[in-house]
Amino acid sequence: MIVKIKNQKALWLILPVFVLVAFSSLIPLMTIVNYSIQDIFDVNNAYYVGTDWFREVLADPRLRDSLVRQFGFSASVLLIEIPLGIGVALMMPKSGRLASLCLVVLAVPLLIPWNVVGTIWQIYGRADIGLMGSALTSMGFDYNYASDPVDAWLTVLVMDVWHWTSLVALLCFSGLRAIPAAYYQAAQIDRASGWSVFRYIQLPKLKNVLVIAILLRFMDSFMIYAEPFVLTGGGPGNSTTFLSQTLTKMAIGQFDLGPAAAFSLIYFLIILAVSYVFFTTITQMDKER
Amino acid sequence: MAEIKLASLAHSYQTSPSAPEDYAIRQMDHVWEQGGAYALLGPSGCGKSTLLNIISGLLIPSSGHVLFDGKEVNHLSPAERNVAQVFQFPVVYDTMTVYDNLAFPLRNLGKDKATIDKRVREIAAALELDSDLLRKANNLSADDKQKVSMGRGLVRDEVSAILLDEPLTVIDPSLKWKLRRQLKRLHQQFDITMVLVTHDQLEASTFADKIALMYQGQIVQNGTPQELFEQPAHTFVGYFIGSPGMNFIEVSLHDGCACFAGLSVPVEPATYDLAVNLGSSNMKLGIRPEFVRLHEQSQAGALDTLVTNIEDLGSYKIVTVEVAGQPIKARIEEDDWVPTGRVYLSFPLPWLKLYADEYLVKAV
Repeated sequence: MIVKIKNQKALWLILPVFVLVAFSSLIPLMTIVNYSIQDIFDVNNAYYVGTDWFREVLADPRLRDSLVRQFGFSASVLLIEIPLGIGVALMMPKSGRLASLCLVVLAVPLLIPWNVVGTIWQIYGRADIGLMGSALTSMGFDYNYASDPVDAWLTVLVMDVWHWTSLVALLCFSGLRAIPAAYYQAAQIDRASGWSVFRYIQLPKLKNVLVIAILLRFMDSFMIYAEPFVLTGGGPGNSTTFLSQTLTKMAIGQFDLGPAAAFSLIYFLIILAVSYVFFTTITQMDKER
Repeated sequence: MAEIKLASLAHSYQTSPSAPEDYAIRQMDHVWEQGGAYALLGPSGCGKSTLLNIISGLLIPSSGHVLFDGKEVNHLSPAERNVAQVFQFPVVYDTMTVYDNLAFPLRNLGKDKATIDKRVREIAAALELDSDLLRKANNLSADDKQKVSMGRGLVRDEVSAILLDEPLTVIDPSLKWKLRRQLKRLHQQFDITMVLVTHDQLEASTFADKIALMYQGQIVQNGTPQELFEQPAHTFVGYFIGSPGMNFIEVSLHDGCACFAGLSVPVEPATYDLAVNLGSSNMKLGIRPEFVRLHEQSQAGALDTLVTNIEDLGSYKIVTVEVAGQPIKARIEEDDWVPTGRVYLSFPLPWLKLYADEYLVKAV
C-alpha cells in the first residue's frame, strides 16, 4: 500500500496574502454590508432595517439620474475610444525610431494623475486664458463648459478620450504586432481587399486585447470621479454628476451612511454583472462548433 | 498556367551586399516548364522559401528577372501574377467557416455562386474536408487547419502556378502520405505548374517529376529523382540525397588512379583525363553506400579493411568499415552475408564518381 504523506505546510505561505486581502478588501466590504442593512447611530445604537436602505436608494431620483448619466457616459466613452484606439494603432508605424516615438507620445497622457488631467482641461477650456476655450470663442462658438450642460458634457467626454484612448491604442498595437507575416502574405495571395484584411485577420486577432481594453475602459469610466469633479464639479446643475460623485456626496457630505452603503453595493454589483455578462458572452462565442 | 523562368536572379536581404555569403539567393538561371510538378529541395536556410516568395511576388529580387511565359513580372503583385501559395504554417481566417475560407479567394475574384460552390465542394472532397464545411476554422485541429490552408491555394483553377512552401511539415505522418498522393492527383487533374518546397527527399521524389536541389542560395542540381541519386552533380547532392549519404574520400590523382593513404583505386580513363586537366587540388572520390561491394575473400583491386560498426535498420543494414582511417559506409540487404572483422571492399567502376572542387567531373 502506498502511504500518502500529508504535508500542507505550504498553505502557510498564502497566509500573508490572505491577511492583506482581508484587511484591504474583505473586511471593508463586510463593513459596507453591515451598514447597508442597519441604521447605525453609534456603537451602541444600531438597528436592523432589512432592505429599507436598498428600497430607498432605488427610488431616489437623484441616484437614478446619475445612473442613467453614468451609463450614457461609459457607452459614449467605449464607442469613441475603442474604434479610435484601433484606428490609431493601425496607422502607427510598424517599427523603427518613429514607432518608438509614437509609443512614448501615446504613453504621456496615461502618466498624468487624474486630478491633474481635470485641472489641465479646466484651464485649457477657459475662454479667457485657455487655448481651446479662447480658440473656440474666437471662432464664434458660444462655448462655456461652466454654464452650458452640453458643452460641459462634451468637454468631460473629450477629456476622457484624450486621457485614455492611448491605452486602447497601445493594447491594439501590441496585438497587431503579434500577427505573423504569413497572414498578410496569404491575404495578398488570396487577393483580399484592405477591408477584408481588417475584418478577417486583424480584428479577429485583436479580439483578446480588445476584450481587455473594453473591460478596463468600462470599469474605469464607470467609476470616474476626479476628472469631472475637478473640471466641472458635477455641474452645471447636475449635468456631469456621475455615480461616484453622487455617492461621495451622500456618504461624506450628508453622512447618510446606510443608503450610501446600500448604493455602493448596488454600484459594485452593476460593474460585476456587466463585466461578467460581457466576458462570458465573448468567450462563449468561441465555443460554437 | 505558365512557364516560370528565372534569369540571372539574385537576392540579398542586406542593403549593400558584397561577399557571396551576403546573398540569400546567389545569381542563378532556372526554368520551370508549364504544367510540371517540381520540387525545390534543400536544407533549412538554403534559400528555398526566399526563392518561392520571389516567384510569387511577395519579395522583389535585388537583381535579375522573373519571367512568366517570357513576360517580365518583377514588379507585379502576387494578384497580378495570378499565383497561389500555401505556407508552412496553417493560415486560416479564424472567424470564417471552412466553406467561407475555401470560397474566399474565389469570391475576391468575383466568381458567381454556382461556380464557387462547385469548386469548393470539389476541393473539400479531395482534401476530405466535406464533413467540416460548416465548422468555424478556428475550432479545427492543426492538421485540418493546414488542409484548409492548402485548399485555399488549390481552389483557384486558373492560376499561373501553385507554390507550396513546406505545406506538409506540420501534418501528422500518416496523413502526410495521403495528402502527398492527393496533391499529385490534383496536379494531374488540373495540369497546373506546381512547385513544392521541402526539406524531405522522400516528399520531393514522390511528388515531383524533377527536383531542384538548393544549397547555400544556389540550385546545385536539377534533375529527376533518379539522376539526383545516381549522378549527384555536387558533393552536397550526394550527401543530402540518400540515407545514409554518399561516401567521400579526399584523393590525389596518379597513373590513372585515385590515390589516398598509399592505396589506389582505378577510375574511368575519360573521367581521369578530364579531372587531371582541371588541375584542382580539391579532389574527392564519391560512391553511394548502396554500390559499395563487400567480399569475404581477398580480390584483385579490393581494399583490405576492418568493420567498425553495423547498424541494423530493419530491412537493411549499414556497415561502417575503416580504410586508412577513413570511415566508409556500405548498405547491405536484410538477408545478405553480414561481415565481421576483416572484409574486402570494391567499388564498381560505373558508380565511382570523381569531384573536383565539390562538382562532379563528368566525361560526356
